[in-house]
Amino acid sequence: MNLQAVAVRAGASATAEPLPVKISIRHLDFFYGSFHALKDINLDIAAGRITAFIGPSGCGKSTLLRTMNRMYSLYPGQRATGEIQFGGRNLLDSRIDLNMLRAKIGMVFQRPTPFPMSIYDNIAFGVRLYETMSARAMDERVEWALTKAAMWDEAKDKLKQSGMALSGGQQQRLCIARAVAVKPEILLLDEPTSALDPISTAKIEELLSELKTDYTIVMVTHNMQQAARVSDYTAYMYLGELIEFGTTDEIFLKPKRKETEDYITGRFG
Amino acid sequence: MSDHTHKQFDAEMEEIRSGVLAMGGLVETQLARAIGALKHPDIDLITSVATDERAINQMQVSIDQQCSQIIAKRQPAAVDLRMVLTVVKVVNELERIGDEIKKIAYKAQQMQRPERLSNVRFHEITRAAELAESNLQLALDAFARLDVNAAAQVVSNDEAIDSAFLSILRQLISYMMEDPRTITPALEIVFIAKSIERIGDHAKNVAENVVHVVKGKDVRHATAEQIRAEVAE
Repeated sequence: MNLQAVAVRAGASATAEPLPVKISIRHLDFFYGSFHALKDINLDIAAGRITAFIGPSGCGKSTLLRTMNRMYSLYPGQRATGEIQFGGRNLLDSRIDLNMLRAKIGMVFQRPTPFPMSIYDNIAFGVRLYETMSARAMDERVEWALTKAAMWDEAKDKLKQSGMALSGGQQQRLCIARAVAVKPEILLLDEPTSALDPISTAKIEELLSELKTDYTIVMVTHNMQQAARVSDYTAYMYLGELIEFGTTDEIFLKPKRKETEDYITGRFG
Repeated sequence: MSDHTHKQFDAEMEEIRSGVLAMGGLVETQLARAIGALKHPDIDLITSVATDERAINQMQVSIDQQCSQIIAKRQPAAVDLRMVLTVVKVVNELERIGDEIKKIAYKAQQMQRPERLSNVRFHEITRAAELAESNLQLALDAFARLDVNAAAQVVSNDEAIDSAFLSILRQLISYMMEDPRTITPALEIVFIAKSIERIGDHAKNVAENVVHVVKGKDVRHATAEQIRAEVAE
């Protein structure tokens, strides 16, 4: 199946013109030592849209997400081959500046990971690494990032308080604000709501729909209904292979592959 | 189709499907009886049709409720979602068929009144009714077996019912023009013919829904030809 054609065609029906591709993955293989975790993945991530990866545990969806900002480079014995084209370059190229890469491609994890510092500094910390700016400009950036993450009203009166004192849902939105603050182009979210209650989950999902106008979002989720609710495109993975990729409407209403249908209807295993 | 990981989900889906078939069975029996009454007097017909109609309405409400519960509790997707939506629509079609049968039964009763016996007897109507009856049976079979070929056949057959209706109408108009005394009984037959034609349409809708469950394509406004092509794919 020609995945690019699928993405472009589906995009065309949604917006009347083909969507630009933000990340183009070609023949990607990934190894944890000798374990072959991703097998010849070919996938285009549409710009300004939410793409969700679904699949049973161990199918490689988090691994795929982590290759997109080279998170695996931190660990010896993990390697990727193939191409991940972004901004005209192959991200897997060893000459890529990882700090700049991660400023452009931010990541939010399953459990909220605020730094043990004030709400304000949680946001300012990353910004200071990449930009030099006046205190006033920094204030503005912190407000902007918290507003983007739908946190400003809750946090504006307690910017000096520790980020660790916030509720789980607030901490996760703080982490999203922190990722957004360095103005990345892409946000990677690894099960961003699996540790949150339904109300916080709903707030984050609402936030994602708003953020996609400015960012390209790729998320991994175990919650199929969440993929159905928030994403524009869905990729179903199993045992390290990309089984099916298409618009979310297509995948949840009439998937082409029986394996996908079995998974999303709860007939798996 | 393999089983769900949640066995209870399978049981719930089976329950709504068999509910539709039970309701379909009752509608079929009632239709056969109403058609019989077009040929021979049936004194208990009205009482029986009225009782069955209440049962059919009750079944519709209860199956609809089961479908709502499945949607709320299970959030069905893909083929399961199409099946639940189809069940909701099919029970609606069956309930409407029940209404048409009631109308036929009342008219059939009126036609049997002694003062009408000298008037026009019209047998073509029974042929059209039997066509509709066998097509309803085929539509319910198609639903039970999720057989898209049978469903496509139902859609094609409905064209024959429609043309039978038009031909009845033309003949009755000529009777009425020739002899105004036939107007009252002829009108009764027109109403019966219309109900039969509607039953045909409802059976066709059931069949179209079967294609939707299996193929994931909405063929409600497609021609019989297009549906055959879709099913053959």
